[in-house]
Amino acid sequence: MSASHSSSVERAPTLALGAPLSRAAFWLRSRLFATPVSAVVSLALLYLLLRWGWDFFGWAVLHAIWQVPHDAAGLPQTGVCRAAEGVGACWAVVAEKYRFILFGFYPYAQQWRPAICVLLFIGLYAASAQQRFWRRELALIWAVALVLIGALMWGGFAGLPLVADDQWGGLPITLILATFGLAGAFPLAVLAALGRRSRGMPAVRMLCVCYIELIRGVPLISLLFMASVMFPLFLPAGVDIDKLLRAQIAFVLFAGAYLAEVVRAGLQALPKGQSEAADALGLGYWQKTMLIVLPQALRQVIPMLVNTFIGFFKDTSLVLIIGIFDLTTTGRTAIDEPAWQGFGNEIYLLLAAIYFTFCFAMSRTSARLEHLFSRGQRR
Amino acid sequence: MSEPAILMEHVQKWFGQMHVLRDISLSVETGERVVVCGPSGSGKSTMIRCINRLEEHQKGRIVVDGTELTSDVRALDTIRREVGMVFQSFNLFPHLTILQNCTLAPIRVRRMPKREAEELAMEYLRRVKIPEQAAKYPGQLSGGQQQRVAIARALCMQPKIMLFDEPTSALDPEMIKEVLDTMIGLAETGMTMVCVTHEMGFARQVANRVVFMDRGEVVESGPPAEIFANPATDRLRLFLSQILRGH
Amino acid sequence: MSASLAAPPRRRLRLSWSDARLRGLVWQVLILGAVALLIWYLARTTAHNLATRHIATGFAFLDHAAPIPIGETLIDYTPSVSSYGRALLIGVLNTLKISIVGCLLATVLGTLIGIGRLAPNWLLARLCGAYVEGLRDIPLLLQLLFWYGLMQTLPAPRRALHPLAGVFLSNRGLRVPALAWRPGDGWVLAAFGIALLGAFLWARHAARRRDATGRGLPLWPAALLVLGLPAMVAIALGAVPGLDRPALHGFNFQGGLLISPEYAALLIGLVVYAASYIAEIVRSGILSVSTGQWEAAQALGLRRGAVLRLVVLPQALRVVVPPMTSQYLNLVKNSSLAVAIGYQDIVSIANTTLNQTGQAIEGIALIMAVYLTISLSISLFMNWYNVRIALVER
Ligand SMILES: Nc1ncnc2c1ncn2[C@@H]1O[C@H](COP(=O)(O)OP(=O)(O)OP(=O)(O)O)[C@@H](O)[C@H]1O
Ligand SMILES: [Mg+2]
Repeated sequence: MSASHSSSVERAPTLALGAPLSRAAFWLRSRLFATPVSAVVSLALLYLLLRWGWDFFGWAVLHAIWQVPHDAAGLPQTGVCRAAEGVGACWAVVAEKYRFILFGFYPYAQQWRPAICVLLFIGLYAASAQQRFWRRELALIWAVALVLIGALMWGGFAGLPLVADDQWGGLPITLILATFGLAGAFPLAVLAALGRRSRGMPAVRMLCVCYIELIRGVPLISLLFMASVMFPLFLPAGVDIDKLLRAQIAFVLFAGAYLAEVVRAGLQALPKGQSEAADALGLGYWQKTMLIVLPQALRQVIPMLVNTFIGFFKDTSLVLIIGIFDLTTTGRTAIDEPAWQGFGNEIYLLLAAIYFTFCFAMSRTSARLEHLFSRGQRR
Repeated sequence: MSEPAILMEHVQKWFGQMHVLRDISLSVETGERVVVCGPSGSGKSTMIRCINRLEEHQKGRIVVDGTELTSDVRALDTIRREVGMVFQSFNLFPHLTILQNCTLAPIRVRRMPKREAEELAMEYLRRVKIPEQAAKYPGQLSGGQQQRVAIARALCMQPKIMLFDEPTSALDPEMIKEVLDTMIGLAETGMTMVCVTHEMGFARQVANRVVFMDRGEVVESGPPAEIFANPATDRLRLFLSQILRGH
Repeated sequence: MSASLAAPPRRRLRLSWSDARLRGLVWQVLILGAVALLIWYLARTTAHNLATRHIATGFAFLDHAAPIPIGETLIDYTPSVSSYGRALLIGVLNTLKISIVGCLLATVLGTLIGIGRLAPNWLLARLCGAYVEGLRDIPLLLQLLFWYGLMQTLPAPRRALHPLAGVFLSNRGLRVPALAWRPGDGWVLAAFGIALLGAFLWARHAARRRDATGRGLPLWPAALLVLGLPAMVAIALGAVPGLDRPALHGFNFQGGLLISPEYAALLIGLVVYAASYIAEIVRSGILSVSTGQWEAAQALGLRRGAVLRLVVLPQALRVVVPPMTSQYLNLVKNSSLAVAIGYQDIVSIANTTLNQTGQAIEGIALIMAVYLTISLSISLFMNWYNVRIALVER
């Protein structure tokens, strides 16, 4: 309590024993060694943590191989790595393959283009996470950036050589699938959510329910298979959509159903009074929806949308199974080469670190926004 | 009997570094009704919760009904059986019906046959004037009704001592009276009661003694008429003026 | 009847564009028409495409012999003799095998970690937190590849790891002792069944007794019955059930129960990943029960265990069931990633089938039908359960 009483303040008994303990000691005692059981758990965990931590440090740093020599033909000599297998990490595989993992079969000399695209994506994400950028212009910036990304990747103008999309690969593919998937799925999701909630049109409601529940009931892989083997059957002879676009369509359909449920949650959470007030003002259905209902409902679910997007971002890795060269596929292909076979863990660690960085940043953003919104609501 | 129902001697308690009970000594005789008041944060709840060990005191002695409160589990079981408690926020179990709320502890703790426990519960529900709600769930009742159920639930354990921690402060004014009436009725049966409340009317009518706490200490105590008429300390005077202005 | 007199008059449809109901009707007809048109167009081109490629539609291929080698089968199967239908059925069973075990283990692990995050021990809470944060942010597929890679770096059977007696861990999978089936085991099994029934009846009797007299009966006789009766029968018949211990023969193990590396990798991956989500659900479930509930129950004299069992868990369960349902559904759907590491679940076998027979549409339709059935069953069951335990509010 207040300082004026300090003379009469007796120390808490736990502190009164023995010599005056510092804050740190008090903290340790209350948080790690409060009871005998807790103390045993703490010691066991500390022991394991130190032991495994030290082992990992030894593997990843102390005994790691960072470079390997090349023979006359330029082929890597991985003998040193093989000798150190299980003892030290072979980071040479990363040094050797990182360009391929990040950009796939994109022409080596042109790889600055996808690199810029990745930076553009990151910039877009970072800007969209800031609340002060949430203005009308943001949509415009997104549109311009996405067009720019497409143009840079394809090329074919201003002296940039044309690079067909079957040569794209790596991180840009992952980002493209996730981002364009979201951009395409969002309008679809809003329509499906509105349709599912429409009172007056039972047939449309049934249609939306079928779409949403059907997609949510089956695994993404089955949709990707559908895209890779069934879509070609749907099209008249001579018309051919390439694989990446087909996968992208499958993603849009998939994401649309999940996002629709998120949007619906937002619509449901909106107090009925809002819609009734809009009716009372004489607004028509679309005016009411676009001006009153959607802006509030969507704002409400932004954190949930971000979480759903994190899920899609991770799910893009599934295109491995239909042979599209996203980040996971390039990583796996890198260790198919005989010289590098068996160094999967190093590559997987690298991939995990990349995915983790993106997802962790997004989940922090989502948590921050949630906090912000809940505070705003209480006011 | 000469032995007091509750005896607190030099009780002290800390939350981390914060000293919340400083040398509290208090004894409550069997059949006595004590009202505890004091400003917010003065340690009233902490003190009353030490009596049934929802909080542990760190120094001093607490003896309830002849059993000293220690870390001994049996002593704790005995005391919890003899001491009923009513909370500010009711704390009814929302997944059980009113009747099940009342019979849970008699069946599980007192090992009473279900039939008997239900009859007992109905008896107390009648006493708090809501027997017709027995089959409903807490979520279907008003605040005042819920608090009366909470009182009946505590009484079903047939305790010797009842503790109340601001039982009326979460209620709307029109509901306060029905709960206070129930408590007055209970007082008339000769129950030993310790009650944290700011209802001064209730204190005047029912209490044998009013205890005023401030900053973790018992500052003054005495019969309500005396205490309210001539407070001996400035702290109590200030508190009373604030309370009266508030009403 | 008089009731029909009181019914509100039915509004008649006015043939005017300003009538909201007419507008709704027109919109619906337009939208449904567009969808029908699209479907009709797709169906027609597909039929045309199939005809030019000489692919017959229909499910006749289910009866043809399937030359698919399958490593793990719960029912008899011989490649090139058994039919595609049987192969697909094995796929479904394998999917169920991984899903059910996965859901159970993920629930256990997730609950432990969720409770661990709430532990007063700072280090434990932090580590559980790191687990949740870390594993959620790495794609499941990547984790599966990692676990499968790890399985393959295990030593060959000759130098298998041998952590416990009878347990061998090698790159061919995990071998554990299995109960050997001997004559007379049927009787032991029957005795076990009877003992279980007896134990159940005893528990019910004990509960009735507690209601009537307030004092329950001890539960140890039930436990004794369950353990004792089968043992007695076994001894009486002289057929003590033996263990089938794995042993090395040549290059591989014989006997015992084999858990294949694919199954193990998939199981570990699915469980570890789902547990990170379930932990969060459990944590928020427990936090959703206010401390006031604990205090009120303790003030009534209930012990900690009883409070947890009678008051806290029943309430936490209500918060937990809906999100838990979607986690179970996710786990089942995620088990389809088996195809990436070669565990032969329904997706993997259907995929092979459609590659061999060219019956793409039927194959994918089968996959979807299987998952829809499983998803629907889980949803229906959990919805039923959720309604059953729902809280009554005003
Ligand atoms: N669990 C706890 N952990 C830390 N501090 C606590 C805890 N419970 C109470 N306190 C602190 O102890 C002091 C006394 O609290 P207590 O609840 O006993 O006050 P009170 O007199 O009941 O107040 P009120 O009239 O507002 O209910 C307060 O300063 C409070 O902040
Ligand atoms: Mg209080």
